Amino acid sequence: MGPAASRPRLELRGISKSFPGTKANDNVDFTVLPGEIHALLGENGAGKSTLVKIIYGVLRADAGDILWDSQPVEIQTPKAARALGIGMVFQHFSLFEALTVAENIELGMDDPGDRRTLHARISALAEQYNLPLEPGRHVHTLSVGEKQRIEIIRALLQDPKLLIMDEPTSVLTPQEAEALLGTLRRLADEGRSILYISHKLEEVIALCHRATILRGGKVVADCDPAKESPRSMAELMIGTRLTPPKRTAIEAAGPERLVIEHLSAEPPDQFGTALRNIGLTVRGGEIVGIAGVAGNGQNELMAFLSGEQRAPAAEMIRIGGTPAGLLGPNRRRDLSAAFVPEERIGHAAVPDMSLVENAVLTGHRTAGFVSRGFMLLRLAGQFAQRVCDGFKVRHPGIQHAAGSLSGGNLQKYVIGREIQQEPKLLVAMQPTWGVDSGAAAAIQQALIDLAGRGAAVLVISQDLDELLAISHRIAVLYSGRLSPPRPTDQFTIEEIGLLMAGHGAAGAADQEGRSAA
Amino acid sequence: MSLTITVSILVSVIAAATPLLLAATGELVTEKSGVLNLGVEGMMLMGAVTGVAATLLTENWFAGVVTAAVAGAAFSLIFGVLVLTLRANQVASGLALTIFGTGLSAVIGTPFVGQPLARLPVFDAPVLSDMPILGPLLFGHDVLVYVSIGMLLAVAWFLNRSRLGLVLRAVGESHDSAHAIGYQVIAIRYGAVAFGGMMAGLAGAHISLALTPFWAENMTAGRGWIALALIVFASWRPLRVLAGAYLFGAVTIAQLHVQGFGIPIPSQFLSALPYLATVIVLVIISSNAARVRLNAPACIGKAFAPAA
Repeated sequence: MGPAASRPRLELRGISKSFPGTKANDNVDFTVLPGEIHALLGENGAGKSTLVKIIYGVLRADAGDILWDSQPVEIQTPKAARALGIGMVFQHFSLFEALTVAENIELGMDDPGDRRTLHARISALAEQYNLPLEPGRHVHTLSVGEKQRIEIIRALLQDPKLLIMDEPTSVLTPQEAEALLGTLRRLADEGRSILYISHKLEEVIALCHRATILRGGKVVADCDPAKESPRSMAELMIGTRLTPPKRTAIEAAGPERLVIEHLSAEPPDQFGTALRNIGLTVRGGEIVGIAGVAGNGQNELMAFLSGEQRAPAAEMIRIGGTPAGLLGPNRRRDLSAAFVPEERIGHAAVPDMSLVENAVLTGHRTAGFVSRGFMLLRLAGQFAQRVCDGFKVRHPGIQHAAGSLSGGNLQKYVIGREIQQEPKLLVAMQPTWGVDSGAAAAIQQALIDLAGRGAAVLVISQDLDELLAISHRIAVLYSGRLSPPRPTDQFTIEEIGLLMAGHGAAGAADQEGRSAA
Repeated sequence: MSLTITVSILVSVIAAATPLLLAATGELVTEKSGVLNLGVEGMMLMGAVTGVAATLLTENWFAGVVTAAVAGAAFSLIFGVLVLTLRANQVASGLALTIFGTGLSAVIGTPFVGQPLARLPVFDAPVLSDMPILGPLLFGHDVLVYVSIGMLLAVAWFLNRSRLGLVLRAVGESHDSAHAIGYQVIAIRYGAVAFGGMMAGLAGAHISLALTPFWAENMTAGRGWIALALIVFASWRPLRVLAGAYLFGAVTIAQLHVQGFGIPIPSQFLSALPYLATVIVLVIISSNAARVRLNAPACIGKAFAPAA
């Protein structure tokens, strides 16, 4: 099963790369053997993506050598990398939604040949590696998992000797992820090397032959994942002992803060998902998680909850007992509700406005920053400062543009801004998406604390580990239908995974239009 | 007798539809690459006036047609520099191009106003042209009629079957992704804009050299705008552009015949018919937002600035 001991396929010696203000890679050495699945681990900002970009020819190293099959090489462009036999599957797909699968693949190839042959090759590869995909389908009709298969097949068509996978399973259901791992093992058995980047440490232990761990741009460990535990590897990554967020038990169920009843709605266009008879109650003091793979109605549900879309009827959404389905976001905020949408830039925050101005944007009614039409900037400034201090937001100054903060810090600010207003109901979507584990733990703890103070918290997230860690109850959204929520400790990962893939959920949700707490 | 009238009406529909088809085919390619050029009317006027000027000066219709095509393309490149290189707003730049073209064509055309010139020669096939019904429908048209249909079919093939056409659609769909893969977004868009200009120039030439063979100020009379509407009507599909052009051509001719039959409707109302039809069709099409969103190139009207 393990790779044959032989000459390394790829060897990096002393790779360094600096950006203004940071040293992204500092004297990095590491090797990948033929047929080896090699994990590259580290927190956000540890230098993984810089290193991968250097290997794939997107960036040039300041110093150091790259050896390919023991020969020194200069990889100037992605095209040169592909010519050597290096393929890459990106985390954020570069796909064209309105084009077909085959057209997307053709666009990404240097020498696609004629279309009929290409169709046949796609089907053959899909068959061979168990990656079912129809070449003629339009991309916007596909699930995230299917879109990823396009990227994988596109890379495989170039017959790569080294395949780089950047967080490939973060968007998949557990079952889809399991199938992908099977495909990767098969590729490795053929002698292809795989460089595997992931935050999911259980997966790394199950799949990878070796792991290299980066911290602050340096290699801090080179280990055999089979001999490590997720916890030991996580502590190597962050360099300190890990304190996972502690969920508190609910002492007494509070009042119903959010009631969703029989919420059904057609999507505005065919890229959207129809919601079907959604029912859910969130009480004060509890955190309810909504799990599910992206594109199953999360965005639509969030828009209806925040008031960006009006519900078909007022009674479908009640906030603190008031029918709120037809109210706009401001009126809902008046009912002491707060919302954190998924995209922090451009949706939760205006990147070109200062942190103070961004505080006014959601706090202008509930936090009293506006008097007779004038902004009380001093008050808002104090508020912004309190948010930054309370949530350890690293920032150049509260008068600086929100866009100048790093993603994790801006996310902490956006969450902190809402929590600081002490809402009775907080709806947060993907609260820790793309945030490193330290910041993620802080955000999760803040949500737990808010619920502990009696607020109802609804978290819509694709990160199952996060929901399992913080939620008291979990429901699964699949194809616009919400499964009845169940206490987290009565759920197994397998059960949630089956629900996320659409098995066994549909009927139950219909019968229980409204499921009591 | 009535059959002869029907055939003659159909022949005039073909003539009226041709400038719409030429201009819309060019603009279709431009828009598919993600650029919205509202300067079609201005480019058509430039084609119309330069076509007349060159034909009168050289006494050669072919020189006139070629000049119109080159003038249309050159004029569109002004727009290209503004929106592609300087990243100006496409809507404002396109409107400016139309206003500029209207004025410039009037200035250039002053010496030629009202001068008669020979209509574009028609293509007749011996024997075949004398066939009943099919003869007059298929033959006896000027060369640009055949060019318009040929170009549309070529564009349909290009967009759907050729690799460069696929790249062009990809650029219009997501310029960032296309750039990331390594395609020359700006160069491709320049090509598409120039093609649109060339076709608009030919459309203008058809009006001033074949439909009404003389130059008059502002003689395109809003056909450029109809061509633009036609693309939305066709939801960016080539064969629907063909159908739409002939439909609008038919509406134009219908109002003339209604006036000819002496039906008591003020002629001003009837003259407004094609434009009214445009508005109605656009409202109906746009009411289905999902359909427009699905078919419209996703990047249309957006300036592309490559990330460093």
